Amino acid sequence: MSDDLAIDVRGMTKRFGGRAVVDDISLQVKAGEIYGFLGPNGSGKTTFIRMLCGLLRPDAGSGTCLQLDVITQSEEIKRHVGYMTQKFSFWEDLSIQENLDFVARMYGVKQRKDVVRNSIERLGLAGRERQLAGQLSGGWKQRLALAACLLHQPKLLLLDEPTAGVDPKARRDFWEHIHQLADEGLTFLITTHYMDEAERCHRLAYIAYGKLLAHGTVADVINHVGLTTWAVTGPDLIKLAAQLRGQPGIPQAVAFGAALHVSGDDQPALENAIAPHRHPPFTWSQIPSGLEDVFIHLMDSSKDNFKP
Amino acid sequence: MTRSSHFSFERLRGIIAKEFTQMRRDRLTFAMMLGIPLLQLVLFGFAINSDPRHLPAAVLFADSGPQVRTFLQAMKNTTYYKFVREVKSVQEGRELLARGEVQFLINIPQNFTRDLLRGDRPAVLIEADATDPSATGLALGSLNAQLDSAFRNDFKGPLEYLGRTPGPIDLRVHAQYNPESNTQFNIVPGLMGVILTMTMIMITGLAITREKERGTMENLLSMPTRPSEVLIGKIAPYILIGYVQVGVILGAARFIFHVPMHGSIPLLLAVALVFIAANLAMGITFSTVAKNQLQAMQMTFFVFLPSILLSGFMFPFRGMPSWAQTVGEFLPLTHFLRIVRGILLKGNGLHEIIPDLWPIALFALVMLTIGIKRYRQTLD
Ligand SMILES: Nc1ncnc2c1ncn2[C@@H]1O[C@H](COP(=O)(O)OP(=O)(O)O)[C@@H](O)[C@H]1O
Ligand SMILES: [Mg+2]
Repeated sequence: MSDDLAIDVRGMTKRFGGRAVVDDISLQVKAGEIYGFLGPNGSGKTTFIRMLCGLLRPDAGSGTCLQLDVITQSEEIKRHVGYMTQKFSFWEDLSIQENLDFVARMYGVKQRKDVVRNSIERLGLAGRERQLAGQLSGGWKQRLALAACLLHQPKLLLLDEPTAGVDPKARRDFWEHIHQLADEGLTFLITTHYMDEAERCHRLAYIAYGKLLAHGTVADVINHVGLTTWAVTGPDLIKLAAQLRGQPGIPQAVAFGAALHVSGDDQPALENAIAPHRHPPFTWSQIPSGLEDVFIHLMDSSKDNFKP
Repeated sequence: MTRSSHFSFERLRGIIAKEFTQMRRDRLTFAMMLGIPLLQLVLFGFAINSDPRHLPAAVLFADSGPQVRTFLQAMKNTTYYKFVREVKSVQEGRELLARGEVQFLINIPQNFTRDLLRGDRPAVLIEADATDPSATGLALGSLNAQLDSAFRNDFKGPLEYLGRTPGPIDLRVHAQYNPESNTQFNIVPGLMGVILTMTMIMITGLAITREKERGTMENLLSMPTRPSEVLIGKIAPYILIGYVQVGVILGAARFIFHVPMHGSIPLLLAVALVFIAANLAMGITFSTVAKNQLQAMQMTFFVFLPSILLSGFMFPFRGMPSWAQTVGEFLPLTHFLRIVRGILLKGNGLHEIIPDLWPIALFALVMLTIGIKRYRQTLD
């Protein structure tokens, strides 16, 4: 167990009704790192995060969060972790100020009044602090939630889809803020569905159906999967995609804007399969696989593995 | 364990402040908390006339001397009785009672006049349909006084000695169907207990389930709060509401219904605190068990109905079968009713109410303990 790991857990497992929703996941996150946590809906991301901060009891697994035991010291962990829930979970019938004040009190924040006032000012909500939280728009709710998570100066932030439903400008501001905080030494575990956000993380993990399928830097993850991708442009790509799909060696053919990305992890088989179509009006070119190609590939192949 | 597992008054204050603010903003609940007592007072106090007059009465004459007429006139003068029938036999009279055609059957015995004049205090039996005790209680109560004054007028001169106490007639009342006669004075103080039971259980029953349904529970649980802080913090603001209700009912009892208040009001207020706490604790415990607000409501009624039926509010406690009495003894309302009626109507002090006070306190303690034990600190 190393001192500079903010999260170090092994074999984390959670079952609901006999089904392993999180299945034997091990994860190490270094202090000061922004760690992305990706995977399709229902893959167990929220469940995993809840186990880290003591909201769910793991059925198996052990490890530490901020050097504190995740099984026995969840009370202490709660004091040093900020958790932003996937669904907005502040009190909509309390004002912005009242919500922040309540959170600060629960954590026993010193000089609470000042801390709350500063937080409101930094949020840019000065003058609106009496507005009810329920009346805020999605972007503002997200900023309020983040501000509330930071009041007690946590060392680790667990953010569950913090930017879902938030406009691009607000997302960019949000990520700038996150990087600033990471520079100051905070550690982040962030779940997201956005590829651009995934690429802004120092490292990331991809899980599907409760299993950890790949982890590391963006380059690590792409290399690890070893995918070959061809981009093809031309008329009637939808028909082409239909013809290509299901052929041996072509696990996936996905439209990206005006192009179709055809990928597979068996390069010779893939090239055999596309050979009959490599003539005009189609233009083919091999491209480096992107994160999204890799994730779609991981998700599709894991689906096959987990089919009963 | 760790430092955070200690109870923190700062956090408790924070939770109380939050609950207070939310309570203030929840207009509907707030209005209900005040509306329910008023509505119940109106229903039980006004709409149900607890002092009905001109109640139908049947008479069975076995004598017909002039003093019989004095007796009947005295009854009429109370304005509570209206003679509708003369019956020929006890049998016939009882049938009328059973069918509800008359409220009273007055049985004037043979030799009424002779015994009266001899000073032998003839026994007049009044059989009353006391199904609704409030209908008969006052009628019977007022009769004695009227009789005394009527016969005092009759017995002037040589017969004056007959007019002395203990009264010329031995009036025997036989309350049918409901031996322990409640009166209106029973109802209004009893309402205090009933209203507190219903509203206090309901409001806290919703306290935790509401957080679960709105998704705020996850947030609350992710903070370093203790179960005892959350539960007590959620209960505390409603104690104030409980006292507002007590105030409304006591005020109405005093100034509208003229319920006598023989005992100490501060003592009553102190007991009310224990009772309010017991109901709040029960509600919060339901809240930790129930999955959603609907379930919490159903559980409230699961307790409320037996409370109303078996506590002695609706039916006289001693008139119930013993199994029902046993169940009743476990309900805080049963004990609270005895205490309230005891303090207000009988002027009971601390010494007399202790036997009913400790069961309520124990109940509160047990409920709160169960609630704290049941309160899940995880989302499992
Ligand atoms: N409390 C629960 N009880 C039963 N099943 C649950 C519970 N919480 C989550 N699940 C199931 O576990 C799976 C993983 O859910 P979740 O962790 O929310 O995934 P993600 O956050 O990746 O979308 C889903 O299939 C969900 O239905
Ligand atoms: Mg989720």
